[in-house]
Amino acid sequence: MERARALGRLKFSDSGFRLATVVSALIVLILLAGVAIALFVGALPAFREFGIGFLFSDEWNPPKERFGAATAIYGTLVTSLLAMLIAVPVGLGIAVFLTELCWPPLRRPIGIAIELLAGIPSIIYGIWGVYYFRPVMQSYIQPFLISTLGNVPGIGFLFAGPPLGYGVLTAGLVLALMILPFITAVSRDVFDTVPTVLKEAAYGVGATTFEVVGNIVIPFTRVGVIGGVMLALGRALGETMAVTFVVGNATKIQTSILAQGTTISAMIANQFADADPGLFTSSLLALGFILFVISFLVLAAARWMLARLEMKA
Amino acid sequence: MAALYSGRKRRNVIWTGLAYAATVLGLSMLAIILGTLLWKGFGGLSLDVFTKNQAPPGVVGGLLNAIVGSVIQTFIGLAIGAPLGILAGTYLAEYGQNARLAYVVRFINDILLSAPSIVVGLFIYELLVVPVGNFSALAGGVALAILGAPIMVRTTEDMLNLVPNTLREAASALGMPRSLVIRHIAYKAVRSGIITGVLLAIARMTGETAPLIFTALGNSLFTLDPRGPMSSLPLIIYEFARSPYAEQQKLAWTGALILTFSVLALSIGARALSASTQQK
Repeated sequence: MERARALGRLKFSDSGFRLATVVSALIVLILLAGVAIALFVGALPAFREFGIGFLFSDEWNPPKERFGAATAIYGTLVTSLLAMLIAVPVGLGIAVFLTELCWPPLRRPIGIAIELLAGIPSIIYGIWGVYYFRPVMQSYIQPFLISTLGNVPGIGFLFAGPPLGYGVLTAGLVLALMILPFITAVSRDVFDTVPTVLKEAAYGVGATTFEVVGNIVIPFTRVGVIGGVMLALGRALGETMAVTFVVGNATKIQTSILAQGTTISAMIANQFADADPGLFTSSLLALGFILFVISFLVLAAARWMLARLEMKA
Repeated sequence: MAALYSGRKRRNVIWTGLAYAATVLGLSMLAIILGTLLWKGFGGLSLDVFTKNQAPPGVVGGLLNAIVGSVIQTFIGLAIGAPLGILAGTYLAEYGQNARLAYVVRFINDILLSAPSIVVGLFIYELLVVPVGNFSALAGGVALAILGAPIMVRTTEDMLNLVPNTLREAASALGMPRSLVIRHIAYKAVRSGIITGVLLAIARMTGETAPLIFTALGNSLFTLDPRGPMSSLPLIIYEFARSPYAEQQKLAWTGALILTFSVLALSIGARALSASTQQK
């Protein structure tokens, strides 16, 4: 009798625990769907009012209640692109250094130091960017770019305008620093999956380190590296605080990368507090929905590529 | 022949040189950021910072309300996120394994792991702020839970996969039901690994700013009530960094120093713990 009751209790707690884990796993699923649905519902008034034109209009006029997403989307793409241009080569360089060149006892400490860059909260990049990096940009880097590249016909328009310190390029550089550790960590891990015999065979026939990396390591891990780069891109697209501090928050598309601009996330962070309920708030939520869709697609592609590599390894 | 050799050698020297340069650049940026924080923030460290609340310009103030707010909201985030994350991770490693649901959850979790935090903030704003009618620390904590849980899902699953199956089989052979095997054998074997995930999640939650702007909002007064708006370290740094008053800017740097070093200490501690688990 005692025994039957104890067994019954065990059975109950056993299925209860199993149920709890399944429900938790389902909640994770529902969360992502919930984010998409809640933002879409909030954005609906704006989408209804402006239709598909919301995506292409660069007007942002709160008093007249005319809103368009083009400026913010443009700024998000340009800052992320600039960040990738800098962070991808540097991040891959560090990963090559860590896997091929570094003295083994130093590998772990240097790897951890680079990963610490990812641990620094983004608000810190913001305050550092605006008080330390912006003056450096204004006094040295931007005047230099204006006086050299600014005079090159064809690309000079990219470097036009006064050196303000704030701007799209400054935001891109701060973003580059923030996503660097993600590129390094993923590429280092996928570089480590290259079978040692392959590399040794190449070294054995006299290949240099550069040739081993270029002809063996990179081709073998290409999909994984691209996955890591996309993962970093996903981060860059959605980054808020650091960008908000340095991008300048001008709601106007300008061709110069030294000019002030804005991004989707910076726009939301800056204007949400002042937004009237109604079309203004709904337009900001619509921006959030667009950001969600863009970064979902990029991140999903990244995960898909990394999963493919895992299957191969 | 000699020209070919020297050309290859030259290319090798140039490209490996660039790899060295990239590493030096990365490490020096870390040094510059931490150096700036120490240089600008260390001078402001005093007992007042930890014992006084934020004050209007001209009055000596501190960061007490922000530090307490950060602790409370992280705690709320942990109280919701940790059970959710650890149980979902347990499902993936122990029950789901290769089930289709497990694949989907794994994929979605990986996306949540790097989803833009500002979007999560907007979601909670729609879900918990608009219907209730006011900003609250509770909403902030829930937003943080959504950002922290995926980290715990991932580490819990990875760690449980390290438990040798023979251990589970031995316990099952003694007649233990599955849930007891998990709770008393598997969890115990990788306890420090699961704690690593929790520490990493705390580090992430403590440093988040963007989702709190629309949920916890910030509060210049000391409060312990999670139903109302509440300040936190990232929010006060955001506010003071843009302030025109020198003393508030100085406090922003001091707050930044405290925040950065606590977050980095947490993630270094987590790493040390996980290294010791994996050696076992």
